[in-house]
Amino acid sequence: MIPATFDYAAPTSVEEALSVLAEAGDDAKVLAGGQSLLPILRMRLNAPEKVVDLGRVEALRGVRDGGDHIAIGSMTPYSEVVGNALVQEHAGLLAKAVETVADPQIRHRGTVGGALVHADPAGDVGAPVLALDATMVVVGPGGERTVGAGEFFHDLFETAVADGELLTEIRIPKHTGWGSAYEKFVRVSHQWSIVAVAATVKAEGGTITEARVGLTNMGSTPLRATAVEQALVGKGTADLADACAAAAEGTNPPSDLNGDADYRRHLATVLTRRAVQHALGG
Amino acid sequence: MTAVDDRPTTSPEIGSARRRKEDQRLITGRTKWTDNIQLPGMLHLAMVRSPFAHAKIASIDTAEASAAPNVVRVFTGHDIADIQGVNITAWPISPDQKTPDHLPVPLERVSHTGEIVAVVVARSAAAARDAAELVDVDYEELPAILDLKEAANDAVLAHPDLGTNKSAFWQLDSAAQGSGGDVGEAIEKARQDGIVIEREYRQQRLIPAFMEPRSTVVDPTGEQVVMYSATQVPHILRFCIAATTGLPESKIRVIAPDVGGGFGGKLQSTPEEFATLAVARKLGKPCKYTETRSESMISAHHGRDQWQKLTLTAEKDGTVTGLKVDLMADLGAYAAIVGGGVPVLGAWMFNAIYKFPAYQFNCTTYYTNKTWVDAYRGAGRPEATFAIERLMDELAAEVGVDPLEIREKNWIKHDEFPFTSVAGMTYDSGNYEAATARAKELFGYDELRAEQKQRRESGDPVQLGIGVSTFTEMCGLAPSRVLGSLDYGAGGWESASIRMLATGTVEVITGASAHGQGHETAWSQIVADRLGVPFENVEVLHGDTQIAPKGMDTYGSRSLVVGGEALVRAADKVIEKAKKFAAHSLEASVDDIEFSAGQFTVRGTDKGVGISDLALAAFAAHDYPEDVEPSLDADATFDPVNFSFPHGTHLCAMEVDTETGATKMRKYVCVDDIGNIINPLIVEGQVHGGLVQGIAQALWEGAEYDEQGTLVSGSFVDYTLPTAADTISFVTDHTTSPATSNSLGTKGVGEAGTIASTPAVVNAIVDAVRDRGIDDIEMPCTPERVWKAIQSAGGRQGAGVTPTQQPHFDEGTPNQDPSAGTTDGAVQ
Repeated sequence: MIPATFDYAAPTSVEEALSVLAEAGDDAKVLAGGQSLLPILRMRLNAPEKVVDLGRVEALRGVRDGGDHIAIGSMTPYSEVVGNALVQEHAGLLAKAVETVADPQIRHRGTVGGALVHADPAGDVGAPVLALDATMVVVGPGGERTVGAGEFFHDLFETAVADGELLTEIRIPKHTGWGSAYEKFVRVSHQWSIVAVAATVKAEGGTITEARVGLTNMGSTPLRATAVEQALVGKGTADLADACAAAAEGTNPPSDLNGDADYRRHLATVLTRRAVQHALGG
Repeated sequence: MTAVDDRPTTSPEIGSARRRKEDQRLITGRTKWTDNIQLPGMLHLAMVRSPFAHAKIASIDTAEASAAPNVVRVFTGHDIADIQGVNITAWPISPDQKTPDHLPVPLERVSHTGEIVAVVVARSAAAARDAAELVDVDYEELPAILDLKEAANDAVLAHPDLGTNKSAFWQLDSAAQGSGGDVGEAIEKARQDGIVIEREYRQQRLIPAFMEPRSTVVDPTGEQVVMYSATQVPHILRFCIAATTGLPESKIRVIAPDVGGGFGGKLQSTPEEFATLAVARKLGKPCKYTETRSESMISAHHGRDQWQKLTLTAEKDGTVTGLKVDLMADLGAYAAIVGGGVPVLGAWMFNAIYKFPAYQFNCTTYYTNKTWVDAYRGAGRPEATFAIERLMDELAAEVGVDPLEIREKNWIKHDEFPFTSVAGMTYDSGNYEAATARAKELFGYDELRAEQKQRRESGDPVQLGIGVSTFTEMCGLAPSRVLGSLDYGAGGWESASIRMLATGTVEVITGASAHGQGHETAWSQIVADRLGVPFENVEVLHGDTQIAPKGMDTYGSRSLVVGGEALVRAADKVIEKAKKFAAHSLEASVDDIEFSAGQFTVRGTDKGVGISDLALAAFAAHDYPEDVEPSLDADATFDPVNFSFPHGTHLCAMEVDTETGATKMRKYVCVDDIGNIINPLIVEGQVHGGLVQGIAQALWEGAEYDEQGTLVSGSFVDYTLPTAADTISFVTDHTTSPATSNSLGTKGVGEAGTIASTPAVVNAIVDAVRDRGIDDIEMPCTPERVWKAIQSAGGRQGAGVTPTQQPHFDEGTPNQDPSAGTTDGAVQ
């Protein structure tokens, strides 16, 4: 498991990283936590000329209170996100989802930003970020821009982050007081999600007033189940099944050794109901 | 008298839960693994492997790779053809077995994905890997046979020259060998007035997935060629090299340094070892090859892969009357070292603990263009145990009684031992009643049955199932005469030597080459008790054909029951020799010398001398009896007269989420009878690890190929090995019926958990949904398979299940009478 030869750069600031990337052109790969990129390099599925390691860019790491939102640096490792009080209080869904990623070693190394830009639809960060209406901060040679989570994921392993750009921050509107649950379905614990559902709800007296539902591995990108979100308004724990029945509508899930597309569609409806139920405290 | 000899009498070492003395180095990794070894001037190898399942090698252009930086040379099969040898099979199961030549690096044709076609030698592993991508191989793709059942039709041939995919047929018939009645008659009778259960089960292909990938270092620079290899079988490997490469056996030294697991997967002579040897000899320089995990998964041998057609007959009350087994076994592309013998090992175990009056076992082996198949933890016995334990549940369901009741009705009673089975094996000891009673108690059997009933009645989406496995197995391979009668290429003895060193420590040399089992600790305990020396003073040496020149290595749960007995016999010889020294030293008659706890004393006196003092006396040799040689050292070789027959009762409760098909283990209890226990902690480790491996076959693991013959589950992303997070805390206990085939009274435990647990889990899952008309779910029982079985059954008894879930045998097969109706419970 030896990668092909590559040049390596370890910039210490975003500016430096951008200039290294600009210089290298489209033959460069950005290294975040390395939990996806390194296996890809080692199995020689990809052989970039240059690897730009963001591990020393301190500015990209950490969680801060942004007033109406919390801002998570793209290089913040999963383990920090899980344990962060701001995330737990204002974006509980993300903490719960990230807690299910792989195993402790990987959560210690892997970063939320790396996972988002890698954009594996079976990854566990996309669906909650989508459901929480996050805004992504992307910087490039032309300066900084923001992209809504709904526009961020373009396709399998493709996002709004272009060559030469970096995802620097994920801004999540505060969902203080919302209930949340991440229902992840796997055969073994360290596996990628076969299907997972991220749900967060605001409820009054047991009745849902607002709901957000994101789907993992139900298509080439993380998906938002908007029909379900609308149907859930006004519902309580007793009558979720009908509202969640449409969870798989419009999805195009993969078929593989873990299950075919039909089975995944079925799982999505069951898991959506369970996620909402748990989010309601059921 | 030395302090050592004056130590107070302590509690016996045997039976003590000693922590393993080898763990410090093994767990920290601060030890010598093959890949750690660095020799002066050592070169590194990378293999170029076939991406095709079956192809002619039209040409290989090595020019670009040879010119790459730091590359020394690129070898094709032709370049090493004169010395590369052959990877042999040691067990042709029939005289007319068809066996394709297995060249380590084939010259003309590749027969499975991952086969080596060229070897790149470079000054670093990275340079070799880079250059391997520059080797240009022109393949002419050939049709590949990938499905075992299709292989039987011979429409596409794995090896066109053989003219057939069939390798061999092997049969055991109780009527023919005189150990029981005629199974045909039993089936015919049962079709009239009894019960016929016909089932077809699939044993999926598994990947041994040892922790340490295989690695080989060859040093050809001395008079002897030294091969270091991550192998279970250094002695057998040396034999294979000598037998096929032209190197005299006396010029070969094989060393298995610390080896990180094997599970049967390192019981092989591999193309990688042979290619490394050939290249090192050609270049005259030390060479190292260490495989990647991906290479390991496509090229190291796989396990299991069978279809099992089974016919069990019984009287209406559930008393079994006959069992007929018809196996198809996939050998993969080549007959591996044990190869066809692995499924044949099941021949004596399908009848298990039950008193079948008539029995027949048939096994046909086939070649396909997939990775070769050989021993994997349990090797032949898990397959048999799965089949019979699944069938006994089916019989219980047919009769309408509890699965434990049907077993008790048919098993050998404790007062019937020794018992000669219908397959002709003599089980020396056991007590199935006691193990089952204890397991039921620990499990809370009746309470869980009550909960199951309650969940069923309330329509709980999560249903509960209880699975039973009252297994036995045969291990401790093996009596050499038995192996000879089966045309196995070697014996099954084991060797031990004890060297009494002058300074009071004891070297124990064992031919059983450990690769994680804990031999060093257990052997030390046995010798400490036997010779009365401190545990810490015993050093166990193994795994080097120069240090331990004789051995049959480690597999088949044989080390303790065969190698341990050799050790006892060597120790007894040491004592006998030392008695003469003691008599001389104490000026007494040898007949008056008694030995206990390391002390030789003169009967009826307080005169005595310690064994370590005698070792020093023998070393100095200043004053010793005239009629003996000045040494206490002794060797012993033990050839067992019988196998070892552990047994146990395993009970498993599984929750099945009927909405998703997800399964969750609720409780697992096993009460194993492995005779006397040397080290309970090591036993606990073997049982827990074994259980997980067997449970993994039931729930998680399966090697899957696509239509091109590419291994889809070729990494741990898709080959879903469990971790500790996926298992529960098992409840383990023991009953003790000492073995009579060795003086320690021990039985093998290395494979018991794996053999027993698979059917317990599947039985539990099926039990949870049997009321919906489901009587089988193919392994691994993935949530998708469970959910689809539930969906297709639709809650109706016996309806809607797919053909593979409930097969009925083809017309024309020997045990199928289409006019016999549906007494077999199968849907026609």
